[in-house]
Amino acid sequence: MSKPSSLWEYANPVRFLAVSERILPALWVLSLACLGIGLAWGFFFTPDDFRQGSTVKIIYLHVPSALMAINAWFMMLVASLIWLVRRHHVSALAAKAAAPVGVAMTLIALVTGALWGQPMWGTWWVWDPRLTSFLILFLFYLGYIALWAAIEDPDTAADLTSVLCIVGSVFAVLSRYAVLFWNQGLHQGASLSLDKEENVADVFYIPLLVCIAGFVLLFLALVLYRTGTEIRRRRARALRARSALA
Amino acid sequence: MMPDLGKYAQPVLWSYAASIAVLVVIVAASLIEGRRVRAEMRRAEEDRDV
Repeated sequence: MSKPSSLWEYANPVRFLAVSERILPALWVLSLACLGIGLAWGFFFTPDDFRQGSTVKIIYLHVPSALMAINAWFMMLVASLIWLVRRHHVSALAAKAAAPVGVAMTLIALVTGALWGQPMWGTWWVWDPRLTSFLILFLFYLGYIALWAAIEDPDTAADLTSVLCIVGSVFAVLSRYAVLFWNQGLHQGASLSLDKEENVADVFYIPLLVCIAGFVLLFLALVLYRTGTEIRRRRARALRARSALA
Repeated sequence: MMPDLGKYAQPVLWSYAASIAVLVVIVAASLIEGRRVRAEMRRAEEDRDV
């Protein structure tokens, strides 16, 4: 296959499938390696925090999953905008493919947050700005998936889910910046910062970065694989429709 | 080998168990659905070629 001259050539489903089949094995291996190493490092080989005790080990799941829950929605937003502007089916299918992965990431962030919050704050849940906006983001994910499932015509479904994605982006932004917008609530500020004073201690920082890399790579692998599945499903449906007409 | 998690053992272990379970479910569901759709497309192509 010739080298593409433009990024938009990947919008061709055949080229997209060819490229993703080539890079997926490496992505699976790298993501599992980073996750395995990062989580094992964080769980077995990092010390307890002087204030939070061993609950600090939850950071290796909570921070990467929360990061990916928000970034997955932004990836869906970009793909939806590309669909609305350029009408590339692959981008609409990529957004559809990313939603269940985003749900999984949001669920992990909410569950680990509750499990971490209980011993630290004395409560599983509080209607804090960040927690509430995260819960709304989770509901938006479910609504997005339900909307795709409810509409039979795929182009109409892609149009309407793209609009929903744009609206939901408000809550994705709020999930990230709620702590800065409202100076209230129990949730702390960012765990990762360019400011060394605000950053987590180095002993936690490096395994956390490895875990984040693992979550990012796993997200990419899942989205590429699931987009391929959606492309094939669309092709099978088109072939069936053509045979029915013949 | 197992670190001493002290009085917070339950929340830490539950966090790891629940998160790994969610990750395994999303990966397994994606792979199973992917294989099913691949087979479905192959059948549709074979039917077209008949």
